[in-house]
Amino acid sequence: MPKIVAVTGNEAVAEALKQVNPDVCAAYPITPQTDIMQRFSSFASNGKVKTEMILVESEHSAMSACVGASAAGGRVITATSSQGLALMWEILWIASGDRLPIVMPLVNRALSAPINIHGDHSDGMGARDCGWIQLWSENAQEAYDNTIQAFRIAEHMDIRLPVMVCLDGFIISHSITRMEFLEDEKVRSFVGDFRQVNPLLDLDNPVSYGPLILTDYYMEYRKAHEHVMSKVPGVVMQVADEFEKITGRKYGLFESYRLDDAEIGIVVLNSAAGTTKDVIDEFRSKGIKAGLLKPRLFRPFPYAEVGEALKHLKAVCVLDRADAFGASFGPLFMDIASSLYIQDKRLLMFNRIYGLGGRDYMPDQAELVLNELVDTVKTGKVRSVKEYIGVRE
Amino acid sequence: MKKKGWKELTPGAVVTEPGSSRQFKTGSWRAFKPRWIEENCIHCLFCWIYCPDMAISVKDGKRGEFNFDYCKGCGICALECPGKKGNKAIVMEEEGN
Repeated sequence: MPKIVAVTGNEAVAEALKQVNPDVCAAYPITPQTDIMQRFSSFASNGKVKTEMILVESEHSAMSACVGASAAGGRVITATSSQGLALMWEILWIASGDRLPIVMPLVNRALSAPINIHGDHSDGMGARDCGWIQLWSENAQEAYDNTIQAFRIAEHMDIRLPVMVCLDGFIISHSITRMEFLEDEKVRSFVGDFRQVNPLLDLDNPVSYGPLILTDYYMEYRKAHEHVMSKVPGVVMQVADEFEKITGRKYGLFESYRLDDAEIGIVVLNSAAGTTKDVIDEFRSKGIKAGLLKPRLFRPFPYAEVGEALKHLKAVCVLDRADAFGASFGPLFMDIASSLYIQDKRLLMFNRIYGLGGRDYMPDQAELVLNELVDTVKTGKVRSVKEYIGVRE
Repeated sequence: MKKKGWKELTPGAVVTEPGSSRQFKTGSWRAFKPRWIEENCIHCLFCWIYCPDMAISVKDGKRGEFNFDYCKGCGICALECPGKKGNKAIVMEEEGN
């Protein structure tokens, strides 16, 4: 029987990592992620896991150690947030380019300056194009479930890519909710054993990692990477189906909430989706056909499937918890716009930036956006394509 | 040799053939070229140890000629060379002169 518990998001992720019992972990503390690795290192110290903990002096070193350990042949984890991810940035590309299936929870936190420790998506968005897979999680249960599934996706023989599991800093990482833990044996048999394809420690078959690839082959390797990315959605669905069999919890590439017959819709990532769904229910009870789409697999972005799920709407608002300075729109908006561009019909679309640096996203903001969607459909015009909401003038 | 297409590559650019860097000739990178002056050579093999590539040939414990297919002209051999009585056995000269 699954165990019903009241835990924080960080505690949930640490439990998932404990149940997987990876070979190596190299991590550096950073708020709000610290709590995951603090718990995990206690598991290691107390013999609850057999993981080799590597103490490092920075996140750059943490990811570098993960690259080495993963190439050597181990199942490897780390975790980070914000500036820590920014410091890893160089090595993120090496982990993905070397096709190393490292699993890394990312507790989303705003980037400095000004320095801020609270939840927003600027860290994850800054690393969205580095060749990693990104799974985003609304709550502790999803963070736990995504962490377990991440190993299967990363280590799948058709994939072999690193995976980031994103959850909102403090809002999810430090809030206690009710959720279910699987039994240890179930998690272990679900993730199975890991075997590196070309381990550095196989002395009978010596290999080299990280060769110099110039104009003659670099582009072929990039094309190969792009091709592997295209196989990820299929594997994510396959792993989700197997996960549903042991848990009863259904996962897809994204979550659709009251979307099928909706006329207006909101697209939003992570914890804000929960609040938005409540407000959508209120609008539904008033007879307004509102719905929501919450991306789960954000990288690679399932453009065709998302476009298909949204194309029947009359108007859609994309809520971004990060801005992409100089790119005109928030990062999620740009992906949704691309998803709809490949569809025949053009929708009325606008982008609202909310919740930066952990600013509370309240039901009245969802109401504001939904009312504006109603007006947009009525007038047939988008009043303003991009605006910040919940900000003082 | 016909170059491989993207479908034929090893995942992650892992090199599975030991010693295959012999096939990667980098001599064309050179702007400076080392010249070996045999009469000043004491065959200490410092140049062979310090060479980051495989540009120094050695036979029967004696230093031989440079293999310029692999020499990038970095000059480490010339810097490390103790020479004989203050005269270097390796000097760097501008390529093409």
